[in-house]
Amino acid sequence: MSASLSRAVNVLKEVIDAPIASYFASCVHCGLCAEACLFYTETGEPKYTPIHKLEPLRRVYLQEYTLIGRLLKWVGLSKPLSDAELAQWQPLVYDSCTMCGRCSMVCPVGNDIVYMIRKLREGMAIAGHAPAGVAAATRRTIEIGSPMGVKLSALKAQIGHIEAVTGLPVPLDQEGAEYMVLLSSMEIINFPEYLSAITRIMKQAGKTWTLCSTAFEATNSGIQIGVSDLARVIVLRIVEAAERLKVQTVISPECGHAFTALRWEGPNLIGRPYGFKVKHILEVLDELRAQGLLKTQGFGDKRLTFHDPCQLVRRGGVIEQPRNLMRMISSNFVETADPGKYNWCCGGGGGVSANDDAEAIRLIAFKRKKTQLDAVKPDQLVTACANCRIVLEEGLEHYQMNLPVVGLTEMIADHLVSD
Amino acid sequence: MDAAQLFNWVRGSGLQLAVFIFLLGTVWRLIEIYGLGRKPDLAEPRHVPGASGWHTLWHRSIPIPGMMQRAGLTYIAGYGFHIGLVAVVLLFAPHIRLIRELTGLSWPALPSPFVDLLAVMTLAAMLVVLAERLHQPVKRFLSTFEDWFTWALTFLPVLTGYLAARHLLLPYTLTLSLHILSVELLLVLLPFTKLFHVFTIWPSRWFNGDASGRKGVAV
Ligand code: SF4
Ligand code: SF4
Repeated sequence: MSASLSRAVNVLKEVIDAPIASYFASCVHCGLCAEACLFYTETGEPKYTPIHKLEPLRRVYLQEYTLIGRLLKWVGLSKPLSDAELAQWQPLVYDSCTMCGRCSMVCPVGNDIVYMIRKLREGMAIAGHAPAGVAAATRRTIEIGSPMGVKLSALKAQIGHIEAVTGLPVPLDQEGAEYMVLLSSMEIINFPEYLSAITRIMKQAGKTWTLCSTAFEATNSGIQIGVSDLARVIVLRIVEAAERLKVQTVISPECGHAFTALRWEGPNLIGRPYGFKVKHILEVLDELRAQGLLKTQGFGDKRLTFHDPCQLVRRGGVIEQPRNLMRMISSNFVETADPGKYNWCCGGGGGVSANDDAEAIRLIAFKRKKTQLDAVKPDQLVTACANCRIVLEEGLEHYQMNLPVVGLTEMIADHLVSD
Repeated sequence: MDAAQLFNWVRGSGLQLAVFIFLLGTVWRLIEIYGLGRKPDLAEPRHVPGASGWHTLWHRSIPIPGMMQRAGLTYIAGYGFHIGLVAVVLLFAPHIRLIRELTGLSWPALPSPFVDLLAVMTLAAMLVVLAERLHQPVKRFLSTFEDWFTWALTFLPVLTGYLAARHLLLPYTLTLSLHILSVELLLVLLPFTKLFHVFTIWPSRWFNGDASGRKGVAV
C-alpha cells in the first residue's frame, strides 16, 4: 500500500461515525437517490447514482468496522481499496457532485448521502485525488488570502472607487461595528455591485459596519475539496478578525459554500462556538425589512424568478427570506418548479465550477435548470450566490438563452427609497 | 428425516437456534454500528418548528414533490410489499397465536380471506420489485448478489406461507415446515444483510433529519 493510500484509508477510518455506519447498513439499493441527482437525471448514466459515488468509503467501512467485512478481507474475498480505484472515483466524487444535498432529501431509508460525500472527499484529497483547480484555489486562499488570488490592494482599489461613486464611506477595520461584512472573490473581481449595494443599504438602515483588512474573503474551498485543516485556517482567520474587532454579527456574502463553511462547519472545525453571530446577507436584509429599516420603491412589471442556491436554502435554512425580499422588488415574482428546499442545483457548487475536468458534465447538468427556466420564462433571473451567478450565466450563454442574472442584494440596493 | 421429524425440528430446536442467532446478531450489529458514536455539533442551531430528527422519522415515508412522477412504480411496489408484509406477519391469526405463546401478548387478527388477499398482493408487489430490479438501469447497476439473495429470502416465507394457508401444491405439514424453515433462514441472515435496514432505517432517518433540522430545514 502506497503511503498516500494508507493516509487516505486512515483518514476515512477516522471520519466514519455512527451515522455513516447506519447509512451504509441501511441502503437497500433502491436507486431512488439517482432520480434526485441532476448528474443522473440529465445523463441517464447509472454511474452517477449518488450512493455509488461513495463506494470507496463503503469498502473501508465494511472492511474496517464490520465483523463480516473483516472476515471477508481476511479470507481474500473482499479486495482492499487501491490507489487506482480512488483515481477512478475522482470524477464521481468531485466532477459530478456539487454537494447540493438533494439526494439526502430523497433516500427512503434516510441516508444523508451528501454528508458522506463531504467525508469521502477528506480521504480523496489527502491521497492526491482532488481536482487540480480546486486544490490550487485552496492553496491560494491559504497563501494569499483568497481562492482567486485577490489581494488587499485590489479590495482597496474597489473601496476607493465605490466611495467616489456613492459618496459614502466604506469602513475598514472599524472596531465595535455591529456588522463585519465578508465578500467572495467573485464579488471583488466580477461583481463590485455587491459591495456598493451593501454600502447604500447600510446607510439607509443606519447600521454600523466594517470590512476587515485581514479577513475580507469568505470563500472556503477547503470545504469543497475536503481538506479540513485548510478549511480550519480559513475559518479561523475570520473568527480572529471578528473577535478582535468586537463585531456582533459577521455577514456571509452572496456565496453558498462560504455560508456553509462559516455558519455550519466553522465552529466544528475550530472546536468551539463563536463569540459572535454569523448570518447570510439575505438573513440580515430580511431582518432589516421586518424592522422597517429597509424601504424599496419602483417595482417594474418584469417577470422575475429566484434561483435557490443549494447551500443557502436546502443546506442553510435561508428559505423564506429571499421570497420576502423578492416581493420587495417585484410585483411579478414567479417560482420555478421545485422551489425552496427542493431546488435543483445550478451544477457548479461544491467546487465543480473551479474544476476544469468538470466543465463538460456541468454544462450537461445545466439542462435541468434550463428546463425549469423554460417552463416559467422569466425576464430576469435573481439569485444570491456569486458562484451560482457565474455558473448560470455560463450555462445560459451555452444554451443561447437570453436571460440576465442579477444578485438579490444588488437588486434591493437599486430599489432603495432615496431620501 | 421424514416430514414429521422435519416439522418437529423446525418447530423446536430449529426455531430456538434461529431466534438465538437473530438476537445475538442484532445486538452485535447494533453495537458495531452505533458504538462508533458521533461528535457533537458545535454550530448554533436554528429552532424551526417541525425540522428535526423526529419529523424525518415518519415524513421520509412520503416521496418529495416530483418523485412520484419520476419513480412511481418503485414507490407503489415498495409501499405494497412493505405494508403487505407487515400486515401478513402481524395480523394473521396463527401468527398472533404463536406470538402469544412466546410472549403472552396478543391482538385481534384480520379475517383469513383478507390475509390471503394481502399475501397475494405482497407476492405481486415483490415480483414487480424484482422485475424493476432486472430492468431499471440504475437498480440493475447497483444490484449485487446480496440484492437478489435477500429478495428470495423475503419472498420465500410469503410464498410458502400462502401455500400452507391455502393447502396448495405440497402436503400441508411439509409446506408448513418449509414455511417455518424459510422464516428461520430469514431471521438468521437478517442482521448480516441489507435486511438489517428494518432496524437501522430509524436511526438513519433520525440522524439525517437532526443534522438538517439544526439548520432549520425539515427533510
Ligand atoms: S449532493 Fe447533489 S450532486 Fe451530489 S450526489 Fe447528491 S444530488 Fe448528486
Ligand atoms: S436512495 Fe438510499 S437506499 Fe436507495 S440506493 Fe440510494 S442510498 Fe441506497
